[in-house]
Amino acid sequence: MAYADSEARRGGGRNAVTLLEVKDLTVSFPTADGTVQAVRGVSFTVDAGRTLGIVGESGSGKTVLTQTLLGLTPGGEISGTADFDGTDLLAITEDQLRKIRGAQISVIFQDPLTSLHPLYKVGWQIEEMIRAHDKSVSKAEAKDRAVDLLRRVGIPRADQRVNDYPHQFSGGMRQRAIIAMALSLSPRMIIADEPTTALDATVQAQILDLLQKLQEESNTALIMITHDMGVVADIADDVMVMYAGRAAERATKQDIFYAPHHPYTKGLLESIPNSSARAERLKPITGQPPSLIRLPSGCKFHPRCAYVMDRCLTEEPSLRPVGEDGFHSSACWLPTAAAGLGERAEEIRIKTVREERSEAAAGIAEGIASAPESEGSVT
Amino acid sequence: MGAPDAERTAAQQADGQPAPRPESDDDILIRVENVVKHFPVKSIGFTRRTVGQVHAVDDVSLTIPRGKTLGLVGETGCGKSTLARCVAGLIPVTSGRVLFEGNDLSRLSRRQMQPYRREIQMIFQDPYGSLNPRQRVGSIIGEPFAIHRMASGGERKRRVQELMERVGLNPEHYNRFPAEFSGGQRQRIGVARALALRPKLIICDEPVSALDVSIQAQVLNLLADLQDEFGLTYLFIAHDLEVVRHVSHAVSVMYLGRLAEAGPKEPVYETPRHPYTAALLSAAPAADPNTAASRQRIILVGDVPSPIDPPPGCRFHPRCPKARQLCSQEEPQLEVKAGDPVTHVTACHFPVEAGENLAAAGSRESGI
Repeated sequence: MAYADSEARRGGGRNAVTLLEVKDLTVSFPTADGTVQAVRGVSFTVDAGRTLGIVGESGSGKTVLTQTLLGLTPGGEISGTADFDGTDLLAITEDQLRKIRGAQISVIFQDPLTSLHPLYKVGWQIEEMIRAHDKSVSKAEAKDRAVDLLRRVGIPRADQRVNDYPHQFSGGMRQRAIIAMALSLSPRMIIADEPTTALDATVQAQILDLLQKLQEESNTALIMITHDMGVVADIADDVMVMYAGRAAERATKQDIFYAPHHPYTKGLLESIPNSSARAERLKPITGQPPSLIRLPSGCKFHPRCAYVMDRCLTEEPSLRPVGEDGFHSSACWLPTAAAGLGERAEEIRIKTVREERSEAAAGIAEGIASAPESEGSVT
Repeated sequence: MGAPDAERTAAQQADGQPAPRPESDDDILIRVENVVKHFPVKSIGFTRRTVGQVHAVDDVSLTIPRGKTLGLVGETGCGKSTLARCVAGLIPVTSGRVLFEGNDLSRLSRRQMQPYRREIQMIFQDPYGSLNPRQRVGSIIGEPFAIHRMASGGERKRRVQELMERVGLNPEHYNRFPAEFSGGQRQRIGVARALALRPKLIICDEPVSALDVSIQAQVLNLLADLQDEFGLTYLFIAHDLEVVRHVSHAVSVMYLGRLAEAGPKEPVYETPRHPYTAALLSAAPAADPNTAASRQRIILVGDVPSPIDPPPGCRFHPRCPKARQLCSQEEPQLEVKAGDPVTHVTACHFPVEAGENLAAAGSRESGI
């Protein structure tokens, strides 16, 4: 079972080496309309050989979070630390970062067409990457390595295809070429930002399969950013759910799917059509994500939360442990026992809410109950 | 709403057309018969000679009963959107017939087509691209009334606001621009516009693909409510198999311009007979780690071939884990396979049997 396996890995084998430790990362962008608070105090760790899935809707800050680590968010006001194997990525100079970026941490972006230069041959683009980091590699040698890499990611007749231009590749092949490029310098960590969103289901399966295989071969750490819970269920070991620039919940994959604590995680899972709830009505989350310029008070999820309590309106909860393993944490005021999708957890939630709610919160809850599917209005 | 039937009859009489008379059974709203759509490929240069054909849709037939939803699934380039545009009358078919309540739409002139345009509406994938950014919401939703000269002035505004209310938008936002709305709200604007003329058929082309999961569920519930309320018929196109499973009564699977498998939802999903359907279902990510871990994923080799030069025989054979010699020689026809209900048809020489493990058969060297 995948679960037992990942538990064993967590227990501390050769893989339990923390590669990246991000602490209290905050990113905001000053704009004419006000300050966009894209990321607000996020902490997480990534171990070598493991996959962290970062899930969230558009505007939850998941992309800004990882791009900041690589210095790709110019104009942002950044605070916090990001310790990558002893180096604080947020404190070093651009020149130092340039040596890490690509060589030790590489990125796979969503759109395989725009990530490749249309006027250069695919092979040349991989060679350039290799030679940019290591001038001692000769052109011929770089080309051999490019062919090798393309073969490794499953491109047939790689020795010929290396001379093709990106438009001669299909969508899936382009993404494979991007992955080949990301692997070219044997990085220790790969950040994949929605790598399969633009691809068809059967090709997505091929790419996820490939990423998993490559990770096993080289013990690379992988950060998988996605909005698709299905992708997370497939390849992540740990999951962090983000909402309005913060971590709402963090746990092993099993806990996120079978014992979610945060009402947002629960809402995300319930709004996905799946075979078990096929005949039933979907249960969407009311309203829409908040504007990152004008965030609501207290818990940022409270205007959409069916379990809103009085303190949610004024106090913002931070991540605290809610599970026995000490890893499962949730940023929600509901009691620890409220984790889960079963009836018992629901009873606890309802009981707590009944005790902790007075007029103000009751008004919000009533609004949600009376129009469970309205989207609210943009103000 | 109003008296569209009377108006339609009047319009048709003006064109010298008989009033619509259902062909056989009243229950079938739309019947697509052997529709073929080819696009010419022109050479670059002065002569612009036709050098080939894109076989976008090749001999596809389907029927949708009144008030039901037919889900159409398939990968990029399989021809599902082209088929939708043929059904909507947006592009002419190369051959075949599109029967709407027994009337062949494919032979009508622009003018003759006009009354049917009211009955068939579309909702598009991209809620950003399908709304004019310089047009106010009230005028976007009210435009169908203007085009078909059905309501004007205060009456039009009243009807538009009714529609906005119905799809969950605030009617006070009548004068706002699309940019002031979120993605989900924009899709609601698209739904309101499609609903304006009280159509019988709405073609939904990937209506929720661009939306976040939580918003997606809101729009899917809205579409379901509207179907109940107005007895709408949907042709629902999507690549997300779970979404299609949720909304559809029947499902058709397309591959490279042809139907691979079609039938009621349950048998197609529970016991797919075409290897392509089986692969598609196994590749769809399940939001459930235990299912994901236990499932035998069929990883198909290669990519969808070019529709300009489709493979001979069964179009799926170069990627099929079960392909044999016959598959590359003879094109399989849609037929009921042994043990299947008569409504469940599959185009395959060697259909998948119960309990068969395709994942093992498909472990050939991969390479797109």
